[in-house]
Amino acid sequence: MSQLKETILKTTANGDKAFVPYIMAGDGGLDKLQPTILKLQELGVTAIEVGIPFTDPVADGPTIERAGERALAAGTTLRKVVETLQGFVDQVTVPLVAMTYLNPILAYGVEDFARDAKAAGIRGMIIPDMPLEESEIVHPAFKAEGIALVQLVSLASSSERIERLTKASEGFIYAVTVNGITGARQSFADELGEHFKKLQSYTDTPVLAGFGISTPDHVRNFGAICDGVIVGSKIVDSIANDDWVTIEELVKASKVAPVK
Amino acid sequence: MTTTTTKKGRFGRFGGQFVPETLMTALQELEEAYDKFKNDEEFQNELNYYLKNYVGRETPLYFAERLTAQFGGAKIYLKREDLNHTGAHKINNALGQALLAKRMGKNKIVAETGAGQHGVATATACALLGMECIVYMGAEDVKRQALNVFRMELLGTKVVGVEKGSATLKDAVNEALRHWVTNIEDTHYILGSAMGPHPFPTIVRDFQRVIGDETRKQILEVENRLPDAVVACIGGGSNSIGMFYPFVEDSDVALYGVEAAGHGIETGKHAAAINGGQTGVLHGAFMYLLQDENGFVQEAHSISAGLDYPGVGPEHCHLHDSGRATYVNITDDEALEGVKLLCKTEGILPALESAHAIAYASKLAKTMSPDEILVICLSGRGDKDVHTISSALGGDLT
Repeated sequence: MSQLKETILKTTANGDKAFVPYIMAGDGGLDKLQPTILKLQELGVTAIEVGIPFTDPVADGPTIERAGERALAAGTTLRKVVETLQGFVDQVTVPLVAMTYLNPILAYGVEDFARDAKAAGIRGMIIPDMPLEESEIVHPAFKAEGIALVQLVSLASSSERIERLTKASEGFIYAVTVNGITGARQSFADELGEHFKKLQSYTDTPVLAGFGISTPDHVRNFGAICDGVIVGSKIVDSIANDDWVTIEELVKASKVAPVK
Repeated sequence: MTTTTTKKGRFGRFGGQFVPETLMTALQELEEAYDKFKNDEEFQNELNYYLKNYVGRETPLYFAERLTAQFGGAKIYLKREDLNHTGAHKINNALGQALLAKRMGKNKIVAETGAGQHGVATATACALLGMECIVYMGAEDVKRQALNVFRMELLGTKVVGVEKGSATLKDAVNEALRHWVTNIEDTHYILGSAMGPHPFPTIVRDFQRVIGDETRKQILEVENRLPDAVVACIGGGSNSIGMFYPFVEDSDVALYGVEAAGHGIETGKHAAAINGGQTGVLHGAFMYLLQDENGFVQEAHSISAGLDYPGVGPEHCHLHDSGRATYVNITDDEALEGVKLLCKTEGILPALESAHAIAYASKLAKTMSPDEILVICLSGRGDKDVHTISSALGGDLT
């Protein structure tokens, strides 16, 4: 079992729900990466999704795209993020999940990246422009380093496809809650409960909901029907505004007993 | 050798479906629908009806006598795609895909555009067929191609300027993809070039191969033999793959794709993905791509908005690897000379894109003998470019 999956299962075994915040590496400068990760870890997050900026982020909504543009302007690259993470890997106690588009990995060299990523504490990978059918390019190298390749499962997919993706996903299942791109939203489809039940019936790998989750109520509501949540745009905005109260409330909503 | 698409839409090692999971179902639907209708007689009859009576096909294959004399070498023929309704080859694909979308029960269309030719063609097809249309266009291109923006709006299309990134074609593709992801249930994306995720490169090629099919038939009628060389310009590569494809198995026909070298490849300000890029993934396909050492996509540069794209269609990448086609470059300045030359010798104002093919042909023809035949794909007319041409030549029309 991957370390990522094990960590999440440990959380849910306590009755808590997994809480995975997404941060944009290099937003506000790479110097900010270490304090941000350490602070999130202190708040009790389960794992941290570390976004790598890209010039053409087609799967991202406006909030994360703008954060990516700020990070790119600050000179952030995949290589620099990996090096920065390696610099404080000893202090990181939660698994890191890197989210990057495919081309920076290809330019880095897939094997070199997998090796360096492992040494940087990266235990999972999300590659939003690489569907399962194309994953052979990176999967053997990640597998060799014990890095889980997380699959996104979309509502729009056929049941046959949903089953296949759910079974193939490593670490956790990234269940996309809406059709579309990342970003905060008001409402979610009613049939989500059924959808998550179906996903969980295929696998013992935890199912986490993502895209558009932005309030403590969202966190609780999704927590009731799956194993946890990924919160992106809201975290990115809050970090950019240095609003840690909002983040703390979101994390708390994933716990059974409120943190005292 | 073969260029048939293999599993997962590969051309050799190029192509594929590198898209967000949310798009996979839509791509599969599209692939199934296309497989169903491409050999459907009723669909083909409908498409052919509009191509003949609305677009004005077939387009002439014109013997350019004065240009032949001017070049002093091969006999030059021009495939007159500039005479199509809306002024370029783009209508062939836009109309085909709009009819396909109708059959798929999708009545809303999203498209990207660079020069605006594909946007105008798509807006036109949507007006003709009573479909709703939204076109994303880089803000830079909105400025460069104000006339085409106005035309699209007249045709009832909503044009959205994209300020992000380099504010050119690649950013318009990003936004069109985002729009499609979010509106997948009722919307079809009419991609304008032979690029993007499978099945687009195949669909666009098939709707554009009418260029090469007609050329083949016409040259056999007039000359009773195939040409020795065929030249076409390449941005994403739709007019060129349409022209090349029916000749791929004819090994005696040399195929030349002309990339935009902008200020010159050595300056870094160019759009020559094959000659000046490395392999990578963008917009759904593994292809040659302008990128830096970090895998970040670089801005392309060309005087011609339609060639100003950092990638190139996967089938061209494969034709390059296999050596079946030769990919060459022409700079902005050379293309401008091409414009002037064709205007003065033949009375035809070519699009800046097509002028790249003219300019390369002027070099190639000289190396050929008078009994050899060279066909140039004149992919579009230059009316849309008069402001750009004027200001590049030091004039001021505004």
